[in-house]
Amino acid sequence: MLEIRNRATRAAPFPLAAETIGGVTIAPSPPRTRLSLRLRPLAAAGIGSVAGLVLDGPIGSTSECDGRRALRLGPDEWLLVADADEGDELAARVIGALAGTVHALVDVGHRSCGLLVSGAGAATALSAGCPLDLAPEAFPVGRATRTVLAKTEILLSHLDADTFEVECWRSYADYVRGFLLEAARGL
Amino acid sequence: MSAQAYRLPQGGRIDRTRPLAIRFDGETYEGYAGDTVASTLLANGVHLMGRSFKYHRPRGLLSVGTDEPNALLSVDRGPGRVDPNNRAGAVEAVDGLVTGSQNRWPSLGFDIGAVNDLLSPVLVAGFYYKTFMWPRSFWDKVYEPIIRAAAGLGVAPEGPDPDRYAHRHAHCDVLIVGAGPAGLAAALAAAGSGKRVMLADEQAEPGGALLHDPRATIDGLPAQDWVAQTLAALDGHENVVILPRTTAFGYYNHNHVALVERVSDHLPLDQARDLPRERLWQVRAGEVVLATGSHERPLVFADNDRPGIMLAEGLRVLVNRYGVAPGRQVAIATVGSSAYTAAADLAAAGIRVTIVDVRLAGDCAADVAFAAQHGIEVLAGHTVVGSKGRLRVSGLVVAPLRADGSVGARRTLPCDCVGMSGRWTPAVHLFSQSRGKLAFDAERDAFLPGTHAQAERSAGACAGDYDLAACLDAGFAAGAAAAGVSEARTFQASPTRTGFQPMRVLPTDADPGRVRAFVDFQNDVTAKDLKLAVREGFHAIEHVKRYTTTGMATDQGKTSNMNALGYVAGLLDKELPTVGTTTFRPPYTPVSFGALVGPSKGALFDPVRRTPIDPWAEAHGAVFEPVSLWRRAWYFPKAGEDMHAAVARECAAVRDGVGIFDASTLGKIEVVGPDAAEFLNRMYVNGWSKLAPGKCRYGLMLKEDGFILDDGVVARLAEDRFHVTTTTGGAPRVLALMEDYLQTEWPDLDVFLTSVTEQWAVIALQGPRARDVLAPFVSDIDLGNEALPHMSVREGFVCGVPARLMRVSFTGELGYEVNVPADYGRAVWEALWEAGRELGITPYGTETMHVLRAEKGFIIVGQETDGTVTPDDVGLGGMVSKVKPDFVGKRSLARPDLVAGGRKQLVGLETEDPHERLDEGAQIVLDPSAPVPVPMLGHVTSSYFSPACGRTIALALVADGHARMGETIHVTTMAGFARATIRDTVFVDAEGVRVHARDS
Repeated sequence: MLEIRNRATRAAPFPLAAETIGGVTIAPSPPRTRLSLRLRPLAAAGIGSVAGLVLDGPIGSTSECDGRRALRLGPDEWLLVADADEGDELAARVIGALAGTVHALVDVGHRSCGLLVSGAGAATALSAGCPLDLAPEAFPVGRATRTVLAKTEILLSHLDADTFEVECWRSYADYVRGFLLEAARGL
Repeated sequence: MSAQAYRLPQGGRIDRTRPLAIRFDGETYEGYAGDTVASTLLANGVHLMGRSFKYHRPRGLLSVGTDEPNALLSVDRGPGRVDPNNRAGAVEAVDGLVTGSQNRWPSLGFDIGAVNDLLSPVLVAGFYYKTFMWPRSFWDKVYEPIIRAAAGLGVAPEGPDPDRYAHRHAHCDVLIVGAGPAGLAAALAAAGSGKRVMLADEQAEPGGALLHDPRATIDGLPAQDWVAQTLAALDGHENVVILPRTTAFGYYNHNHVALVERVSDHLPLDQARDLPRERLWQVRAGEVVLATGSHERPLVFADNDRPGIMLAEGLRVLVNRYGVAPGRQVAIATVGSSAYTAAADLAAAGIRVTIVDVRLAGDCAADVAFAAQHGIEVLAGHTVVGSKGRLRVSGLVVAPLRADGSVGARRTLPCDCVGMSGRWTPAVHLFSQSRGKLAFDAERDAFLPGTHAQAERSAGACAGDYDLAACLDAGFAAGAAAAGVSEARTFQASPTRTGFQPMRVLPTDADPGRVRAFVDFQNDVTAKDLKLAVREGFHAIEHVKRYTTTGMATDQGKTSNMNALGYVAGLLDKELPTVGTTTFRPPYTPVSFGALVGPSKGALFDPVRRTPIDPWAEAHGAVFEPVSLWRRAWYFPKAGEDMHAAVARECAAVRDGVGIFDASTLGKIEVVGPDAAEFLNRMYVNGWSKLAPGKCRYGLMLKEDGFILDDGVVARLAEDRFHVTTTTGGAPRVLALMEDYLQTEWPDLDVFLTSVTEQWAVIALQGPRARDVLAPFVSDIDLGNEALPHMSVREGFVCGVPARLMRVSFTGELGYEVNVPADYGRAVWEALWEAGRELGITPYGTETMHVLRAEKGFIIVGQETDGTVTPDDVGLGGMVSKVKPDFVGKRSLARPDLVAGGRKQLVGLETEDPHERLDEGAQIVLDPSAPVPVPMLGHVTSSYFSPACGRTIALALVADGHARMGETIHVTTMAGFARATIRDTVFVDAEGVRVHARDS
């Protein structure tokens, strides 16, 4: 039997404090369940949805259900996001729904971490390093895509009018946070 | 001289209620807000601003704009903020600004380097190529140091730049470059469409030429009122962004335009610090409107470079925009009509003006009549044959042109300032950068935009429209078309004086071989130099350019290219376009390194990847080393230990007790799907079908050429799920290669690849006591030797968190690699370390890891391999499957040169002196006394002191090494050669029993 003192506790990859510079607030997102789902596009179209999350929306779209989200990142790739303690349940539902269908479900919950970038200058701050057109017409709320921020790859989601979420692999978190703070200073 | 003696009593766009003072070469000069450094100096009668590049001739301002070739100043905004080669007319005056002239010693007025001017008969084009040929031995010690000392303009700053520089990407539907009349009209047309419009202009305020035009009217309004009205209208449109002080300097594919915005240089020195100094914009525009205007050409005559000789339109700018009299008595030499407007403006400001027009009286009658209305004397049909003065022009030498083309009697016009106007050159730089093809227009004697390559249109003077109304109409039409609106509009505007007579080099009565008539002011290229180049056989303009350096200075020949081209065409008796035009390349004007670098400096220079355990290592005194973008703990010195001592202690701890190592940076790829084993069969040299779930196997991967690309342990978690590990540095390229093959060669395989490098923190416990440390933290995995033998994997829990526990070893000892979700990595590490302390657990770094694996003869990809090494070369030929039908690189392994004898093979080395540590990379020879070149057998790949062996050990690639066991070879050292014996690669535990940790 494992002694309680030997149980490990979870630690975030960077400081938890939010910082506001130039009207832009950069704050860490809470830890989340993240599952990478890979599935042939035809199979996805046939199945339609899993765990209430639509799979056959356009690439870059987000589907939401009961606080869970599915971001379609490519023709055969979705990122499923849920609360940190919902991982096993969500995985079980997906595996159940996809029984008999060729797919890959891989836990990537610790691979990345998220930063919430909010405020009137949020899009402009991101534009310091992200070449995408972030205007509301071009990148509306609900859009999510893999892109770059300066020298790193990120996953960018438009959550609401003035809030974006930047996800990066955890070892890049310090760089991404530092870059965004510097960008906010330069607005 | 009294302060601002040359400031006109009224006029200009300066703010006379806000005085300021700047310093130039140690003297203080007063000016007003709105002045540039150039206008401030000229208001104080200072014309001498620099020395020329080659001959050190005294030079003053030629232009007032960014085409300036002469007045290049060093600008000092405080420690670390020194910036050379600023064009005096483009630097806004700020109170307290410190500026200085360049390229002179000891002073601007008396410059030793001016001796070059006396030597000018020998310092001709191609001088360097002709002179420094011989003797050869002089090149390194004499010629090159002298040339380097004399070369270059200005002094590069030495300290780190404390300023901040920002970057920004932007997107718009219509980007308009230039906010003169054409650009403003384009913006007006586009603004109403609601589309996103950006209007960028390099000057401090929008308006372009209208800012110095008090005569012009547009739709009944004075032009400057029209500018204000237009800007107010544009301000009312949320979809319009106006960027003053912003130069579009690069035009790339897909309407990607780079601009640099000077954000804070114009602010008072103490206010500017919190803002970025400059901002680099990268704009992706749906359509681009180029309204970049034109540059005036100088006239080419003897001694046309004295301080005080300027471009005529520049005089007009000084008078009208800055309220500065460039002189009291001005002579204006011209071949065209526009200079008459400048003359009239100068006369209106009370300056005495004489016009020298090279055109015959009959060819410029209307202009002469205009001049008469303003009381200006015109010498029509006169040429300019020289100038007088030294540090400032004092006279212009003119002579009448006779009907037969000969030159009449000289006379000198006394003057303290000369304006010259050699007609106009459209600024087609950005159009040319967009890969548009230029077309020569004989009527305008200029290259104009021809065939377009991108979604772009040119309007106004840059397209050859010099008339104000035509500029406005064309600008509006371009803006409307770019924005996709059908609205048409014509403007009523006062007429513009246009028209000219092409003239390459002004006629002279002097021996053309003896006078110096400058074509390129910044690089000191004269008409004589061009003639020499042509005479010596350089007939293509690109060759002439490189031989004479004309057009190759920082101004890229804005004022000189057309004069040079026209003159060379005349010498060759060819049509101008057949001589060609030079290619315009970015940047349009010089861009600071700071703007290009942006925030990528200091901590943001490059991402530094840190593992979850990195903070613990730092707190425990680790010394780090960079491994690709990661920083990894290198070794953990205790107080008083050097690297050697620390590594020896760490090695001993692993061999005798237990060590703990952060292996989180290993690349990890989860390969999932029913065809996963088949996919790995095709990617690796060895087979995977028979690997049972729960087992691990070392895999070796080649490129198509048969050479080793990467290696690592692969764990089979389930029939359809593998946990693949790669080298730290190889992770991205291995995943990319796998994806490439999967998507392009084998799309039929049902396999998906997911990078999980950062999902798992990896803690390696290595050493005979490793199991003792780990056991208390594992509740659901049997760690027994039978249940979990070497090269096994189990999924379970460690410290109560889900783990992938592998029994693997890169040390030759009993070992485990504990994979836990990354956020738990540090906590699990600390728990294991705490518990292991009573067993003497020792954290070790990458150096110890390298020593331990070298003692076992394990290769490191990139150290023992260099992209030319096969599995057989490193003794791993036995891994290569002979039954698999194919795998990446299989075919290449049969290539003749890969199976031929003489290949370099991996061996161990033992030096004769057990304390001699060979240099990695050192060359190996059989006989050091062999005649040079001594045949080289190979090189050392790894070399360490091995505590377990009590001596140094090395690995090396040696030709036919496997057949040379026991041979003595010689290895280069800094002192000479070291003798060493070739042996096998396994130095410790050759039987390989320790890793199995069987109870004895």
